Amino acid sequence: MRGWMGKFRSLILFGALTLFLSGCGVENMTALKPEGYGANLLFDLMMISIAIMLFVFIIVMAIYTFVLIRYRQKKGQEDYIPKQTEGNKALEIIWTVIPIILLLVLAVPTVQATFDLADTGAKNDEDALTVEVTGNQYWWHFNYKGQEITTSQDLYIPTGERVYLDLKSSDVIHSFWVPSIAGKMDTNPGENVNSMYLEAYEEGVYWGQCAELCGPSHSLMDFKVIAVSQEEFDQWVEDMQNVDPKAQPETASAQEGQELFNNNCMSCHAIGSGGAGIAPNLTNFGNRTMIAGILEPTKENLVDWIVNPDEIKPGNQMPANLVSEEEASKIADYLLQLKHSEVTPESAGKNNQE
Amino acid sequence: MSTAVAQNRGLGAVIWDYLTTVDHKKIAHLYLVSGGLFFLIGGLEAMIIRIQLMEPSNNFISAGLYNEMITMHGTTMIFLAAMPIIFALMNAVVPLQIGARDVAFPFLNSLGFWLFLFGGLILNISWFTGAPDAGWTNYAPLSTTSPGHGVDYYVMGLQISGAGTLIGGINFLVTIVNMRAPGMTYMRMPLFTWTVFVTSTLILFAFPALTVGLFLMMFDRMFGSAFFDVALGGNAMIWEHLFWIFGHPEVYILILPAFGAFSEIFSTFSKKRLFGYSAMVFATVLIGFLAFMVWAHHMFTVGLGPIANSIFAVATMAIAVPTGIKIFNWLFTMWGGNIRMNSAMLWSVAFIPTFTIGGMTGVMLAAAAADYQYHDTYFVVAHFHYVIVGGLVFGIFASLHYWWPKMFGQVLNEALGKWTFWLFFIGFHMTFFIQHFLGLIGMPRRYWTYQEGQGLEVGNMISTVGAFLMAIGTLVFIYNIVQTAVKGEKVSGDPWDGRTLEWTIPSPPPHYNFKQTPLVRGLDALWVEKSEGKKGMTPAEPLGDIHMPNNSILPFLMSLGLFIAGFGFIYQVDDKMWLILVFIGMGITLGSMLTRSVKDDLGHHIHKEDLEKGAGE
Repeated sequence: MRGWMGKFRSLILFGALTLFLSGCGVENMTALKPEGYGANLLFDLMMISIAIMLFVFIIVMAIYTFVLIRYRQKKGQEDYIPKQTEGNKALEIIWTVIPIILLLVLAVPTVQATFDLADTGAKNDEDALTVEVTGNQYWWHFNYKGQEITTSQDLYIPTGERVYLDLKSSDVIHSFWVPSIAGKMDTNPGENVNSMYLEAYEEGVYWGQCAELCGPSHSLMDFKVIAVSQEEFDQWVEDMQNVDPKAQPETASAQEGQELFNNNCMSCHAIGSGGAGIAPNLTNFGNRTMIAGILEPTKENLVDWIVNPDEIKPGNQMPANLVSEEEASKIADYLLQLKHSEVTPESAGKNNQE
Repeated sequence: MSTAVAQNRGLGAVIWDYLTTVDHKKIAHLYLVSGGLFFLIGGLEAMIIRIQLMEPSNNFISAGLYNEMITMHGTTMIFLAAMPIIFALMNAVVPLQIGARDVAFPFLNSLGFWLFLFGGLILNISWFTGAPDAGWTNYAPLSTTSPGHGVDYYVMGLQISGAGTLIGGINFLVTIVNMRAPGMTYMRMPLFTWTVFVTSTLILFAFPALTVGLFLMMFDRMFGSAFFDVALGGNAMIWEHLFWIFGHPEVYILILPAFGAFSEIFSTFSKKRLFGYSAMVFATVLIGFLAFMVWAHHMFTVGLGPIANSIFAVATMAIAVPTGIKIFNWLFTMWGGNIRMNSAMLWSVAFIPTFTIGGMTGVMLAAAAADYQYHDTYFVVAHFHYVIVGGLVFGIFASLHYWWPKMFGQVLNEALGKWTFWLFFIGFHMTFFIQHFLGLIGMPRRYWTYQEGQGLEVGNMISTVGAFLMAIGTLVFIYNIVQTAVKGEKVSGDPWDGRTLEWTIPSPPPHYNFKQTPLVRGLDALWVEKSEGKKGMTPAEPLGDIHMPNNSILPFLMSLGLFIAGFGFIYQVDDKMWLILVFIGMGITLGSMLTRSVKDDLGHHIHKEDLEKGAGE
């Protein structure tokens, strides 16, 4: 008996510990440890609303517990008929007016925060950094306005500055969400362009996800926001603006890979700032945090992905078996050596969780 | 026609009787059985979803099938399980509560049921050919571009069953306005009837928005229009607005009758009059009114701008006020009462904290800016399961325990009832409480899988275990129904010491409900008589012939025709030959309508002499 209890207790302790540790989630992905202006504002609003709601909940539960204990039928009282009260005007007024006051207390910061987060007027200023974000099945396209920089999947931003985003979609509705920096915003097809801003406090690699059902691989449409210091960001911009898309790689295999890439992949993909934007721009691919948003950046994974993309991300547009596995291996060699910038996810420093 | 007579005539006659019946009590049985079956199918889909999410990068089902699963789970539970079971309760109880012998339009009542059933069948037949996969919200352009015929099935199925619901709603509206017994003023109506009245009004105004949306979707998918296609000058937002103009009131359509049922149960088992009756009526009407003012809170992240978002945020918060009034009035109904804690009461008592949590997270979600974090995450999934399961499903279980004797003349087993309750209640909170946190730490909803190392493993595991407890609880409930039916112990007309008119007549009630229409002398009509030491109601009329409607197969045929035509519409996209089905189906439907129009059907009379002999009881 004792042993059983002991086991049981350790199980509970273990369970509680796990719950506690996972309570706030993984750093850089959770909305509960805000690392940016928007997320912080929203976290405060969340806390205000939880406080008000808990206050109400406690009162309800106090009355509830009292009523259920005090007025539950006792033995021998089966035939007792209680007094048939009709109601009480004073009480009705109390529980109408007090909630109205509590809701007004919540409504004021809500409206303030809503307007605050919608304040993207400064995006047209000359020195403002604005990125056009396009959601696609199932990847993200980033075009730095006026900078001639195009990337996908990894969005580099400087810390301590508001980066404005213009969001749209090329196909169905997606939703751009980086929980630890800011709330989400839908990307709509057509002319319905939405705007929001990101302001990261600290350097780090922040997890982003699609939050609007967009097809079979909706859950695999992850991306990263990489916040680096202002100097590093300036460096990255310079590097990216000076990419030579036709630069010859060093190894023979990679050179063959380049040839194969140009013949098979360039009709959709691009390297450098030009290109059609039908498929992800692969500039700086060697520095990507992930392949296709979800695979560790190893050569093996990349070959798998090139040969059988549909098995990894069902329903995506990249054709399967376009090249043989051998050819894919050469293309992988080529792509993985595309390191166009000195500034990498590692530059994001202490908060890098990869 | 009594069941005893029907049994003597064999199974075929019973089936024919149910196919043709226009009796609100039998239509209630039909709604309950078919809604119950769809509830089990929807539950099975939920279990498959939870098994898939049990561990990271799981491959239990494929991504495409998973999207079909979530779409069908949501659609089935809302349209094919919750709605019909609510209609089952409305049919079983409302005419009895207002002292009527049937609903205003018995023929339409039957038509409403068959339309719902055939719509539901169309939707579920899609499992054999590829189910809809764009979510129960079916947002364009994901839905308009979805390959295969899945979304076509969604459109046709919901269009047909939605017509049935609309017909049913209008029917109850007219019934409650016109058919109350003498003396039953509006402010003497039992609260369940009041909530059904408001719900029917919501159906009347909300369902047309869905109908319009579905027609636009149908033309986009089947006949080459471009309402939602941005490339051709359409706008995908129109669908979202139409869907939620319907979709938000729909939530209150579901929850209000549950509120009504809880009000009856709290009052009966506390042996007390409902506290603040007029405030409760006022709150119900106010919730119904506000239901139409808040749809855009489902669309805070769509980009409507801060002004629209703020207005809808404040409007949404306002709904917490009447809901709070209700919670406090229920608590004070029990205050000072003599509380009997049986199964029906357990579900009702458990509803209060559960629904309060759902309401709290509702207010949190209403804070527009904060919703930028909650929206489309498991926080929302947790929230709406707390209100829909914690409010509506708890309400259905409570109502079934409470009204089962009136519907079937038997009391459900108490011990098994409590087992069901505890398994389901604990399972429910295990499944959904943790999901609030899963959402906040970054798990979006409708995710087929999540990656390892995202901190989502433990929460999802707990959630799946909880779902299994809920499933076991449901199975115990089914066993309870079977066992009770097999035992067949009969109960009196008033097993709970009831307060309202349905408890003044035998269980199950005779074909004509009331031998003589009762005279209502106050709120809780039966209780008024009891407190004056009388056993039954004072009749409002002398014993006389009772006029009853005739059975008819036409509602079944009309619905069958639309069912056949539905397949024609879906498949004429591939091959115009399928239009033949449209002509056959519409021919059956229109032919039935013509028959109905030209044939006189004056109903029949149950004669005074037979009533005196006790026939038909």
